[in-house]
Amino acid sequence: MGNNKKELLAFVACIAFYAVVQGLLMLDVIGPFWELNLILICINVILAVSLNLINGFTGQFSIGHAGFMAVGAYLGAVLTVKLQLPFIVAILGGAAAAGFLGFIIGLPTLRLDGDYLAIATLGLGEIIRITILNIPYVGGASGFMGIPRYSNFTWVFIATVFTVFFIRNFINSTHGRACISIRENQIAAEAMGIDTTKYKVMAFTIGAAFAGIAGTLFSHYFYIAHPASFTFMKSFDILTIVVLGGLGSISGSITAAILLTFVSAALASYPEWRMIIYSLMLIVLMLYRPQGLFGNKEISLKIFGRLMGGNKRGNTQGN
Amino acid sequence: MAILKATKLSKVFGGLKAVSDFSIELGKGELIGLIGPNGAGKTTAFNLLTGVYQPTSGEIDFDGKSTIGLKPFQITQKGVARTFQNIRLFSELSVLDNVKIAYHFHVKYGILESVLRMGRYHQEEKEIEERAIKLLEIFKLSDKKDEIAKNLPYGEQRRLEIARALAAQPKLLLLDEPAAGMNPQETQQLMQMIKWIKKEFDLTILLIEHDMQLVMNVCERIYVLEYGSIIAQGTPEEIKNNPRVIEAYLGEEVE
Repeated sequence: MGNNKKELLAFVACIAFYAVVQGLLMLDVIGPFWELNLILICINVILAVSLNLINGFTGQFSIGHAGFMAVGAYLGAVLTVKLQLPFIVAILGGAAAAGFLGFIIGLPTLRLDGDYLAIATLGLGEIIRITILNIPYVGGASGFMGIPRYSNFTWVFIATVFTVFFIRNFINSTHGRACISIRENQIAAEAMGIDTTKYKVMAFTIGAAFAGIAGTLFSHYFYIAHPASFTFMKSFDILTIVVLGGLGSISGSITAAILLTFVSAALASYPEWRMIIYSLMLIVLMLYRPQGLFGNKEISLKIFGRLMGGNKRGNTQGN
Repeated sequence: MAILKATKLSKVFGGLKAVSDFSIELGKGELIGLIGPNGAGKTTAFNLLTGVYQPTSGEIDFDGKSTIGLKPFQITQKGVARTFQNIRLFSELSVLDNVKIAYHFHVKYGILESVLRMGRYHQEEKEIEERAIKLLEIFKLSDKKDEIAKNLPYGEQRRLEIARALAAQPKLLLLDEPAAGMNPQETQQLMQMIKWIKKEFDLTILLIEHDMQLVMNVCERIYVLEYGSIIAQGTPEEIKNNPRVIEAYLGEEVE
């Protein structure tokens, strides 16, 4: 049906995009600086989309995402460096470890609401980082060095596409609707027979697992996993992307990840200006578009149709 | 046979006895009203029956099994659905999604099937959509299925809440002031609707209402609550002439 056709179209578009970029990389049209930024964009997309599942779709305000990323980064490095396992095992291991930690942490903390949950997750992110900082086996304060560069555009791009499809399909299922109903009205969700605790923990676990994947890819690109890369500033960076793009919009997260990574890259030579421009952007956004660039809408063919003056009302949850 | 039986329920908030000695018995297929002055404890009673509050003492049996200690979602899964006095829709979602969410615990496909979009996913999603639209048609909301719920007029939001509760496919429906904020004409339509869905969906209904005309017209039996206790029960005719009830509502006669 039309749905399958659209899926196929999206899939073909992804492959075409990959082929073009990979071609340009091989022809050295895209230099190392922009390759680095491409990879950062992809990693940021994974982080933002997975955090959006927790913050935007399920409405649980978590700001400890960098902690889960750190778990993936370090565990992946242990698997490849110390145990000499293949990269794919490291990625899956990083995801599993971060997801498991998310599950363990989610069970008690997701009883909290709003500000309390935010503070608890912020603290947990720091606890994870400080714990790693004090484990000599993974390098302690000087970081885990000598990680082979296994990440390349192919790996990172596949992981990104997988993340986006996974989370989008999850959201557009009854399980995703259960998560969204918790954001909308938890009491009503319970009254409709939804096990809200289960779905909060599930969203948290899935989000954490994908952060773990992003972490593994991250450490295997930069040769090093360092505790300083995973401070709460990193969590805030991810949160900024999510809020800028719109809580509850996957296309928003992707767009914002691209935009902010480019802004960072463009301002690389003026690091002191970077944070100023960042904050100005956020202030302007909060004044004129508090719901984020996309609100909770997605880019869809229907919206294009509407822009062209076609049918009058698109489905808001469209894909 | 009683589908719901509550015996000597009480709920204490600090020093306040919100509900005490609340006993009620609903036969299968009955349409029962629960009335009482403001602050009598009607909504608290509802919250006890649906597991939002745990009773301080007393027993609740639904379908022959105790529901004490169950969470609200577990009670809903056993077949009790409700609406809220202050409407609680999923306000940023479309009308259709509001109803679809209520089918959730009947859905069989798992997470893997939804992520990979295989197996039962497509089939069941199609079914849910069709059934949700059918339900919206009954409630004359199908032409507004893509509207955001919070943009509906008040009366339609109330109807949507009832439609959503029915989507959970309950055996017992609890309606908390379904006619609040409706004009007389809407109330009239709602009365017909309640009678009709009861028959159509084979339901037992317990409703809280302040609109006496509605209660007297549709309910087969009425319980009257005052200061947390049941002070009278009977047919609408009996209740109308019960001196205790008149006293509760209008005050004592001056000798």
